[in-house]
Amino acid sequence: MTCGSVDDGKSTLIGRLLFDTKTILADTLTQISNTSKKRGMEAVDLSLLTDGLQAEREQGITIDVAYRYFSTGTRKYIIADAPGHEQYTRNMVTAASTANLAIILIDARRGVLTQTRRHSYLAHLVGIQHIVVAVNKMDLMNYDQAVYDKICADYLVFAKEIGLAQARDIRFIPMSALNGDMLVDRLENMPWYTGETLLEMLEDAPAADEEQNAEFRFPVQFVCRPHASADADLHDFRGFMGRIESGDIAVGDAVTVLPNGYQSKVKAIQIGDAQLKSAQTEQSVTILLEDEIDTSRGDMIVKTGSKIEPVKQIEAFVCWLSETPMSPARTYVIRHTTRESKAKIASIAYKVDVNTLEQQPATELKMNDIARINFKLAQPLMVDSYTQNRAIGAFIVIDESTNNTVGAGMIV
Amino acid sequence: MLNKKQKNHNPLSHLDWLEAEAIHILREVAGQCSNPVLLFSGGKDSLCILRLAEKAFRPGRFPFPLMHIDTGHNYQEVIDFRDQRAAELGERLIVRNVEDSMKRGTVVLKTSDEPRNKHQSVTLLEAIEEFGFDCCIGGARRDEEKARAKERIMSFRDEFGQWDPKNQRPELWSLYNARSHKGENIRAFPISNWTEMDVWQYIERENLQLPSIYFAHNRDIIMRGGAMMPANVKLADGEVINQPKAGEIVTNMQVRFRTVGDITCTAPVLSDADNVSKIVLETATTTITERGATRLDDQTSDASMEQRKKEGYF
Repeated sequence: MTCGSVDDGKSTLIGRLLFDTKTILADTLTQISNTSKKRGMEAVDLSLLTDGLQAEREQGITIDVAYRYFSTGTRKYIIADAPGHEQYTRNMVTAASTANLAIILIDARRGVLTQTRRHSYLAHLVGIQHIVVAVNKMDLMNYDQAVYDKICADYLVFAKEIGLAQARDIRFIPMSALNGDMLVDRLENMPWYTGETLLEMLEDAPAADEEQNAEFRFPVQFVCRPHASADADLHDFRGFMGRIESGDIAVGDAVTVLPNGYQSKVKAIQIGDAQLKSAQTEQSVTILLEDEIDTSRGDMIVKTGSKIEPVKQIEAFVCWLSETPMSPARTYVIRHTTRESKAKIASIAYKVDVNTLEQQPATELKMNDIARINFKLAQPLMVDSYTQNRAIGAFIVIDESTNNTVGAGMIV
Repeated sequence: MLNKKQKNHNPLSHLDWLEAEAIHILREVAGQCSNPVLLFSGGKDSLCILRLAEKAFRPGRFPFPLMHIDTGHNYQEVIDFRDQRAAELGERLIVRNVEDSMKRGTVVLKTSDEPRNKHQSVTLLEAIEEFGFDCCIGGARRDEEKARAKERIMSFRDEFGQWDPKNQRPELWSLYNARSHKGENIRAFPISNWTEMDVWQYIERENLQLPSIYFAHNRDIIMRGGAMMPANVKLADGEVINQPKAGEIVTNMQVRFRTVGDITCTAPVLSDADNVSKIVLETATTTITERGATRLDDQTSDASMEQRKKEGYF
């Protein structure tokens, strides 16, 4: 994902990546070059590629997360372009939640800003493994190495303060998205920089599923019972359908179904007609068990002996996403994996000022606030901590009166 | 620096990953919604979704019927293919016609030859109300069009079917929120993250059958508004549309369709790709976007798709 402040050149960066990897087709290029001319610009404005909404083109800003796709031959990429505007921080958290690598843009003229700090903190909180700090607009600072070095040093000081430098892989790169320096091609303006180009960094970063090291977790999405089928062989068929959120599983493995704790063994694993001996993280499969067990959507299949238990109280960092503030008096719905529970706020430990990272007392949360909260749950949930397992440590908060997603939670 | 952990398995191929994601989304719809429907046109994207639904729900039946909103201006071979595919799967197919909305007076055309694509929205909303659907599954992809790039996987529509792009529900991780109140509905897009190339590679891998108009064939063509238009197309009811106007010259050319939609606004491209592997190759080397040369309804302004979506279109 890419994030940065207003006018840091995020959309230009993405446009340039798409352009230099030859993802942009001729007719699109003609279209944006005409629009550029209409606006009286000399060069083609590559940011027009990602600003998809009418209001965005009118105002020349990015309002919502835009997804773009490109391929290098060795890899396929999904880019999420997260807007830098303060009021749209919720979109940044949204984009970060599915990202594996974040490009944080810094305007070389302005250095590390409050927004840079906020974006870095959020990327850290949401658990993005790889951070690329791109010092952009070097062309406007005469490609001066001293400028770049100073910004990198400033950033590192701050990154250490928040624990980002210790926990994540951080890399720095000087660039000009406008000219294309250090994106796909090196060009000649910064001979003093001998590190990788941006594209080389992207190609080198491990893919998301290569980094999973967590235990087997299989939230049941849907139970297939075609007992009314004309095919008599299917009368006893009971398939538990879902996606393996982490770990792997093989036919014959001993499993436990939570929250009830029933035990059985894996009889078969299927994808459509295909029978598998084993399956791994991110595969959507159907699992059949040896024993007839009463299991439904919201249950979780784990390996027997795995350290996970149903809990009725959770502590989490919550980012509030709604314009309507969070009220501690209300009951909300928490959706965690394929399971839902009503939840009440037991206590708010503190709120984090994302600019200073200070902890402050709080009685309610407004949009973009982040706080550490204790929830009481009506139904038990099976949780891991977010830092151990993103999929099993994450939840969303839903306001039942509007059905809106109003909060994003990460279990401590 | 990069801290590469020991790999303990082979990463999924990109098609396997996209397939697993789409199956997960389809099952979430089935798990969260009480009365979903799968929009099925007989086009390549919806044919991929049918295969994904088989992988998601077999040996059970699909937990939703199929539905097509027919403009009345569809190629007969696509309609035949649609019916044949639904019958093979043994799933229920609902068809609702834009022409019935015209009879009811809810769709009023400006001119008799106006493209009917955008009027599908009215008929779709009428069908949603008639059956009480709370979710429509569609084959839209984010790479197709710039407004679609901003769309959620589970996209909320109010009781007028409107999409509000500036006020979308945040969508985090893969925790989809498909809740709606009565009268509102959700549009679910399982292949949001697929590109045109992914679709063709999936069709090739899964050996999916397609309507013949996707493959190179000879057809009478006229040039209209800078695009190639199929000329003199005979509809099921005998009506012949896209008749050449004065001064328009009919030429027989070898073409195929990249997208399948209303005949009056969907143009073919010149091609000699007569099988799927040739189309994959052609898709890899084309310099024109999928809808660029072929969807006249997208070209009326920079924001025509966004406008249609706000009014309830897919």
